[in-house]
Amino acid sequence: MNRDSNLYTIVYASVMVILVALGLALTSQSLRSYQKKNEDIDKMMQILRSVRVQTTAADAEATFKSLIKESYLVDENGKQVEGDAFSTDYVKAFASKEALPVFVASIDGETKYIMAMSGAGLWGPLWGYMSVNEDKSTVYGADFSHQGETPGLGAEITQSFFSKEFYDKKLFNEAGEFKSIAIVKPGKTAEGQDYVDGISGGTITSQGVNQMILTSMGGYIKFLTSQKQ
Amino acid sequence: MGILTNKNKQILLGPLSKNNPVVVQMLGICSALAVTSKLEPSLVMAISVTAVVAFANVIISLLRNTIPNRIRIIVQLVVIAALVTIVSEVLKAFAYDVNKQLSVFVGLIITNCILMGRIEAFALGNGPWESFLDGVGNGLGYGIILVIVGFFRELLGSGTLFGYHVIPQAVYDFGYVNNGLMILPPMALITVAVIIWVHRSRNKDLQEN
Repeated sequence: MNRDSNLYTIVYASVMVILVALGLALTSQSLRSYQKKNEDIDKMMQILRSVRVQTTAADAEATFKSLIKESYLVDENGKQVEGDAFSTDYVKAFASKEALPVFVASIDGETKYIMAMSGAGLWGPLWGYMSVNEDKSTVYGADFSHQGETPGLGAEITQSFFSKEFYDKKLFNEAGEFKSIAIVKPGKTAEGQDYVDGISGGTITSQGVNQMILTSMGGYIKFLTSQKQ
Repeated sequence: MGILTNKNKQILLGPLSKNNPVVVQMLGICSALAVTSKLEPSLVMAISVTAVVAFANVIISLLRNTIPNRIRIIVQLVVIAALVTIVSEVLKAFAYDVNKQLSVFVGLIITNCILMGRIEAFALGNGPWESFLDGVGNGLGYGIILVIVGFFRELLGSGTLFGYHVIPQAVYDFGYVNNGLMILPPMALITVAVIIWVHRSRNKDLQEN
């Protein structure tokens, strides 16, 4: 067989591509259920971390079921709409702002509202959750995740030292205007709104988080103000 | 053919020191800089690269007499890319946390020069068993450097190892501060350079004039 003939080359390439495609499809299909489960559990752990509850992969599902009392979708006007809050696609949800997920948790007898966030960092998407107290302004907890931020730099937003900075910060000022929470360079301050320190060496990621809180929480303004007691 | 003849032993153990892919062949520096700010991703990266380079070597070595010369680089890339995708899927299913930490770098194994380098230089001209040993040897040689760099960067940069604090609080009270510079990529380059320096001063025959 002449290994340099055009026919041989084309047939070889075609057969190789088909075999590899089959192999990859099989692998992907057979591992899909494990991956889906991991992703769901990871999501539950993120949501629970935003109400200051640390879980392990083993007990996340049970804890989630016992603490999260209710979940629903709200539109930009704060009205509830049809759909499942847990499985909704956040990126699409925040692009249209027609159905934003809300989880209602009961922590030590107090109601906490957990809202989702979606944004962009330096290398890829960012997302996270922020929970507020019953006054719907004071942050109870927060949690941030990313797809591809630089380990040791931007990726540090997932660490608890960063999310803990958000505790007891306020989304609304005294006059009831939405101000969001700013991420500033360590040592700097922000005028007229609550702020936390960003990550050294992760400036773009920190700015991404800042923008994400502003736009994502901005979508919940009506929900947060409409039912204020 | 013995399982571990002298020649095979040389193939397996050579890359660990005298023929190390990172500090002697200068391959795979890019990823060595990127993933080594913490020890754990360094270790997982080392294991993943070892697995991929070993199996890619075996597959290419088995196919070496059938591959059309004109598209051999494409064939090599397809094999590597397929293996990396499988590693990434397996990590996602069974080591989700680590996969999240490594994020983009798993995909970047494809562009790791060690893979193409070893396949071109070795697997295309040698049998599967030798190629497997060569892959394992080079993967481990790469891994050793990664772990050494990761060890120093995490220890000096964050004061932790595998995420656990190892530098006692008393040292901090005394005025010690973590060196944030160690976390930044340039310090990986300098750390690798220091390793090369130490390595060459211990192995005079590697020094060039």
